[in-house]
Amino acid sequence: MKNNENSRTGKKSESSLKSGEEIKPPITETGIIGWLKANLFNSPLNTIITIIILFCFYKIIPPFVKWAFIDSVWYGPSSGCQGGSGACWAYVPNNIRFVIFGLFPSGEQWRALIAMLIMVATVVYSGKRERWKTSLIYVWLVNTILVGIFLKGGILGLEPVESTKWGGLVLTMLLSVIGMTAAYPLGIVLALARRSKMPTIRTMAVVYIEMIRGVPLISLLFMSAVMFPLFLPEGVTINKIFRAQTAIILFTAAYIAEVVRGGLQAIPKGQYEAAESMGLNYFQMMRLVVLPQALKIVIPPTVGVLISAFKDTSLVAIIALYDLLRTCQSTLSDPRWMGFSTEAYIFIALIYFIFCYAMASYSRKLEDELGAGKSY
Amino acid sequence: MDGNKIKEPIWTNATFRSVIYQVAAMSMVALAGYYLFSNTQANLAKQSIATGFGFLTRESSFEIGESMISFSSSDTYLKALAVGALNTIKVSFIGIILTVAIGIFMGIARLSTNWLVSRLAAIYIEVLQDIPVLLQLFFWYGIFNNVLPSPRQAIIPMEGIVLCNRGAYFATPVEHPVFTWVWYSLILAVIIIFFLRRWAKKRQEETGKIFPLITASTIIILAFPLITWVIGGAPTEMEIPTLRGFNFQGGYNISPEFGSLLLGLVLYTSAFVAEIVRAGIQSIDKGQREAAESLGMKPLFVMNLVILPQALRVIIPPLTSQLLNLTKNSSLAVAIGYPDFVSISNTTISQTGQAIEGVALIMIMYLTISLITSLFMNWYNHKMALVER
Repeated sequence: MKNNENSRTGKKSESSLKSGEEIKPPITETGIIGWLKANLFNSPLNTIITIIILFCFYKIIPPFVKWAFIDSVWYGPSSGCQGGSGACWAYVPNNIRFVIFGLFPSGEQWRALIAMLIMVATVVYSGKRERWKTSLIYVWLVNTILVGIFLKGGILGLEPVESTKWGGLVLTMLLSVIGMTAAYPLGIVLALARRSKMPTIRTMAVVYIEMIRGVPLISLLFMSAVMFPLFLPEGVTINKIFRAQTAIILFTAAYIAEVVRGGLQAIPKGQYEAAESMGLNYFQMMRLVVLPQALKIVIPPTVGVLISAFKDTSLVAIIALYDLLRTCQSTLSDPRWMGFSTEAYIFIALIYFIFCYAMASYSRKLEDELGAGKSY
Repeated sequence: MDGNKIKEPIWTNATFRSVIYQVAAMSMVALAGYYLFSNTQANLAKQSIATGFGFLTRESSFEIGESMISFSSSDTYLKALAVGALNTIKVSFIGIILTVAIGIFMGIARLSTNWLVSRLAAIYIEVLQDIPVLLQLFFWYGIFNNVLPSPRQAIIPMEGIVLCNRGAYFATPVEHPVFTWVWYSLILAVIIIFFLRRWAKKRQEETGKIFPLITASTIIILAFPLITWVIGGAPTEMEIPTLRGFNFQGGYNISPEFGSLLLGLVLYTSAFVAEIVRAGIQSIDKGQREAAESLGMKPLFVMNLVILPQALRVIIPPLTSQLLNLTKNSSLAVAIGYPDFVSISNTTISQTGQAIEGVALIMIMYLTISLITSLFMNWYNHKMALVER
């Protein structure tokens, strides 16, 4: 698919050399001209389409380049942008600290940075297939505790930082990494419950999964924001980030459960029967025989669920948590940067894009390796 | 263990165990439910918040920016929620039509033999999929508010179309009784096509003759309203939006809220639909096309009778789930102030304090939509299931 630009470009074939005299293909069939002919002008209709697109490029690209690169302001205070006709990229250096770290005390931001690096490193480390062992669970546990220590402080001589001050990209990453980690086992339990032979357990799982999948995430977040405090006994309060995190976990788990169920259904009955005839009990059968196979089949769609979960953390901005989207939005209410929403949103869109694209490419690579080839 | 013992102890009996597990699970859920319920009761009593849906018939006393039915602040909460529900349906309905159209177009473009077209489609799909839909909504809302000029300096690309920070304005035909009849004739045309299809299918099954259904349907659906319009005197007078005071008057207005919500939802979802369409078309084995062609079928029939029916079986289930996602994502309207169902429920919650009822209403609304969709899906899967002989 990506290599088809090379498919027609001429490489001297071995056989033509043997026949004594080398016959070169006509110049119009090789090199750039051949490629153009094969890929852009291969039929009258395609020729017309190509010309129309090139004309649109001619109309759109120069003004865009002028706006984004030539007339743009790259640094300095916002006053340098006023009245200019180009993009105000000076927004980025002026606001990047707040957008990334939120209200985290500026002297302590290195801690938030380290916490982020630990999270990224843990996720990247888990990407390699040969590391999918029990020891990985301990790596995650240790790293989660480390992240907690760095963010919260209070011990090892670190200044305590209230969780209300956590924000920006740090919060987005925290919500998604913890959300994914907690939702995954919960999703597996739900999937097993849905496949259970016990009718009440199955019914409860079905009701839970279908109810959660039927409503938008924002209704769960509202629930966590306005309804959850009513559920708790008098005097007990749970902080807002934790409540939103719970909503995200409960939501993501339902989607993971459906993906895992697909994997469980794909395991042939013989596997279950073989495991049972070996004398394994239910938990041994699931842990040693069924789940390792089922989970492997559904890795690509699982990564898909995780990508959506990452993007969906942006919804906490609606219930006034200062995640990446919300910190960016709040810089725009600053009179100095008001009106530069395009530049600001392009900047954070780029951050989201890089993360999602990395995960999606990883999933595609894995799909090729596993030869599953199916994604849904 | 004594192997000769025939009577097993009751705790190793599978049925007994399963009953115990189920009773345990149910009592745990019931206990947790009771605990939450009693806490909630105590909290509500302490904060003296009323319960029940009695508030629905009270006066809402807030205004709604845009509404398909007339609404004023003296109307009830029930009516306000109805306005919200209609707005949700409106944006979802228009969004779904546009999403399917753009998605199919982009999915086919992705498979184009033209390198430029397929690359552009790939970029479209990749970029829009990987940016959160809420961010996209904010982006377009920001474009409406910060980039587009005020009504006085509005952009007028052509007569009858106006773009400014108050939204987009389009010229509309001046009201005329003929247009009512045009609508009737359109409905009539749809009914006729429905029966024509049945007749054509029956005739083909009996005689093998193929009726040019697509051509005929297109002609009927265009000609009927057109003829009605001409007979009615062909009124061409247009209502052109004009600047009066600080804003434009006349014509059809797409508010910045509705415009950015629709744009964000459609662009985001259509990228996913494009991927689904591409996968669906690619899932059809090349041999199917070759076999159909070797039977001497015309290209159009190859597509309509061989490729599409098989590709649709792959496409429809994930497509429905994407369109359902669009409907659920329309709830993000609350973030940019478009008065959809969630947004109005939210206002209701903050005015009455009845959070439980408000959130319950939101969930019931979307669960109903999901339920109807999954009923449709079951019906469709049943209809499209491979009939093996």
